[in-house]
Amino acid sequence: MLDTHKMDATLRALSDPTRRAMLARLAQGEATVSELAEPFAISQPAISRHVKVLLEAGLVEQSIDGARRPCRLAAGGLRELDAYLDMLRHALERNYDRLDRLLQAQKDKRKKHP
Amino acid sequence: MSKLTLTTEGETIIVVKRRFAASPEDVYRAHMDPALIAQWLLGPDGWTMPVCINEAKVGGKIRYEWNNGKGGGFFLTGEILELAPPHRIVHVERMHMPSVTPDNRVTTTFEADGAGTLMTVRMSLPDAATRKMMLGSGMERGMEASYARFEALFAKGVAA
Repeated sequence: MLDTHKMDATLRALSDPTRRAMLARLAQGEATVSELAEPFAISQPAISRHVKVLLEAGLVEQSIDGARRPCRLAAGGLRELDAYLDMLRHALERNYDRLDRLLQAQKDKRKKHP
Repeated sequence: MSKLTLTTEGETIIVVKRRFAASPEDVYRAHMDPALIAQWLLGPDGWTMPVCINEAKVGGKIRYEWNNGKGGGFFLTGEILELAPPHRIVHVERMHMPSVTPDNRVTTTFEADGAGTLMTVRMSLPDAATRKMMLGSGMERGMEASYARFEALFAKGVAA
């Protein structure tokens, strides 16, 4: 079953550029919180808050590896949003391909009967 | 050739951009003339639009009904809020599936772009319950998130 409340948390998490940059970094492989913080000129507590939002949204998961606590992208974190946007894109592409043909037919008709 | 881009903005907005090889006047008309709308605004193959009402004036009503010929169907109602032909349409719409979805305010603009038109559609991302209704049971098949696609969707402003 889909967790629709979690989905709203996912969208909130994605609406922040720092968090999107963190996700882009994690798309390349796991990283600790301090590694994630490196590119940003913001405080450690602020970084931790961003990580917490990502964890709670189910976009990121954190494991314990001795003293390290690496973060990684959570599998399926974007599943519902991804499926919805995919469906929407598909429906719109069909529509606009049909509109292309309609517009072309109108042009051809005008050419024949100016 | 896929000329459509679909991006999200903040928590609630979807922005769709698409180019057409026709003038803004022609593309605008195809969005406002029911005889034209019914020929393309159909969604997946196999669907038809037996009822297509668009009063094409500010305050005018919109009603589109779709049918898949197999007993499936739903309809959309809406009102036109602003019109600036051939460049801008603002309307509000809701779907009846049969339960009614929250109002979605849609702004559509058409800009001349060389010999063609760049169309931009800004719409609300439906709430979770609406998305679920629209996706239906297809979701349960379990589509895996693609982080490659994620990067394409959200890349704007991310690359440092």
